[in-house]
Amino acid sequence: MNIGDMIAPRVSFGEALRDLAPDYPKLLVFDSDVSPSTRTQLFAEAYPERFYQMGIAEQNMVCSAAGMATTGWMPMVSTFAVFLAKRAVDQVRVSVAQTKLNVKLNGAYGGLPTGRAGKTHAAVQDIAVMRAMPNMVVVVPADPMETKLAVKACLDFEGPVYLRTVRDPVPVIFGEDHVLEIGKSYVLHEGDDLAIISTGMMTPKALVAAEQLKKEGIGVRLVHMPTIKPIDRTAIVKASNDFGKILSIENHSVIGGLGGAISEVLTDEAPCLLKRLGFQDRFAESGDNEAIFSAYGMNSENIVEAAKAFV
Amino acid sequence: MDIPELEAITAETRIKMIRIVHKAQCGHLGGSLSAAEILTALYFRIMNIDPENPDMPDRDRFVLSKGHCTPGYYTTLYKRGYFSEEILDTFDQMGSILQGHPDMKLTPGVDMSSGSLGQGVSSALGIAMGGEANGDSYYTYALLGDGEAQEGQVWETAMYAGSNKIKRFIVILDRNKVQLSATTSDALNIEPLADKWKAFNWDVLECDGHDMAAVVETLERARDMSDNGPVVIIAHTVKGKGVSFMEGRWQWHGIPPNDEQFEQAMSELTPGDAQ
Repeated sequence: MNIGDMIAPRVSFGEALRDLAPDYPKLLVFDSDVSPSTRTQLFAEAYPERFYQMGIAEQNMVCSAAGMATTGWMPMVSTFAVFLAKRAVDQVRVSVAQTKLNVKLNGAYGGLPTGRAGKTHAAVQDIAVMRAMPNMVVVVPADPMETKLAVKACLDFEGPVYLRTVRDPVPVIFGEDHVLEIGKSYVLHEGDDLAIISTGMMTPKALVAAEQLKKEGIGVRLVHMPTIKPIDRTAIVKASNDFGKILSIENHSVIGGLGGAISEVLTDEAPCLLKRLGFQDRFAESGDNEAIFSAYGMNSENIVEAAKAFV
Repeated sequence: MDIPELEAITAETRIKMIRIVHKAQCGHLGGSLSAAEILTALYFRIMNIDPENPDMPDRDRFVLSKGHCTPGYYTTLYKRGYFSEEILDTFDQMGSILQGHPDMKLTPGVDMSSGSLGQGVSSALGIAMGGEANGDSYYTYALLGDGEAQEGQVWETAMYAGSNKIKRFIVILDRNKVQLSATTSDALNIEPLADKWKAFNWDVLECDGHDMAAVVETLERARDMSDNGPVVIIAHTVKGKGVSFMEGRWQWHGIPPNDEQFEQAMSELTPGDAQ
């Protein structure tokens, strides 16, 4: 995996599960008939005895995984983020979050890229739902390398974690030396004029934007925030104090996700202007990923324009 | 423990569960009273458990899927020695280890949290699967409400367990025929119940849930049969069993008795006083 390679994070996720399996003998994977799509199939082929095909029955999948966790196993429950965070949300709430059992949740097809499946399958509220859940850690990696590292970080963490993975190729921005620590953010670009805080697959787009803005004479501090909960409050407060203006960008609704989390911290500790880029309060549609990102103001050029208007 | 002893314990737990609900002025008695014999039989005769060592690895597991029936559950756990009477009397109070619905993080003897209907039976399935994967031979029991059987998740669980022949997994369905706001037949008819479970590839047994000898015999039979796949026991019961004015009435699903009703209930359940 080299910087700039276009790789689907879901593939990195499936490979990481498979490759880490020998070191985590209690790891199991629970699937609801989407393993070729989420790429847990890679794990299933290598470790069929540790793979549980639960059928298209997400509610039973979540609770039976919780029950199994009481007996010492560590299930990774994997399905599309929309269904995990909504159809089975009560099961996550009562049987996973309240119990704090060691269950991992993979929200696949995070955000808008769903293979043109449209509004029923685009997960644009899952971070908001999971973030509001006590005891839940929410991790949204940026690229294939960080996705791989995030899988390990989730398995090493004792307790429930919601890991959001992306369907379609994203450029690799991190090298082998990247370290993902739950709760930490990472400054990927420095500048004097504006702070941009990004998460997930919007970070590679924000990095392109930061470099373009530099060429145009606008200095950006780009803070990548892979953990939405617990949020890195220190980095947010510092950005507010240093710049007085923050722009956030996420592959999620602007309500309740990264932008929501940042605004809560700012309101508590260091008020400043916050411009939230991301999916607005509406439902998604089918179409080409990049066309959709551009149409909804979520591509690099949109970030550049928004930053120039905001700074 | 023999049948008369089990019957004597059940008579005591019925009185005690009404006392704690009266004291707390909250709690679900209807479904606790209907399940009293089942809980006594499980905890005093059927299950391999040790109250001194509630986390014993090879213990049998129990999940109260009808999680609101904590008065009956906690009273049985207290009677079996998992915690003291002083603790039992804190039922539903702030800071108590005995919350309105079962919490595995707080209460010794509670193997799984529950309370959102449909989930407990599904978690119990996972506990049975975990035992199988670990090579353990414990049995997993779940107590399901009949109104609860309206939840779709129950049938997701039934489909998985039946299709995969999950062993040592026994569901007891408390068929008391009454739910929160109506009879089950008026709210949403769940019949034909036995045929439904059979269609999901379960072995089905039925018994009178208030005949202790029948309850014990059926549970023992289910345990033996479950070595081949999941078994459901449809236990025919009476909601509010033992208290005349509560029996069969949805109005007693989840409200506490006032002082007068409490005295009336006590006089009915205490043979000496009833004369």
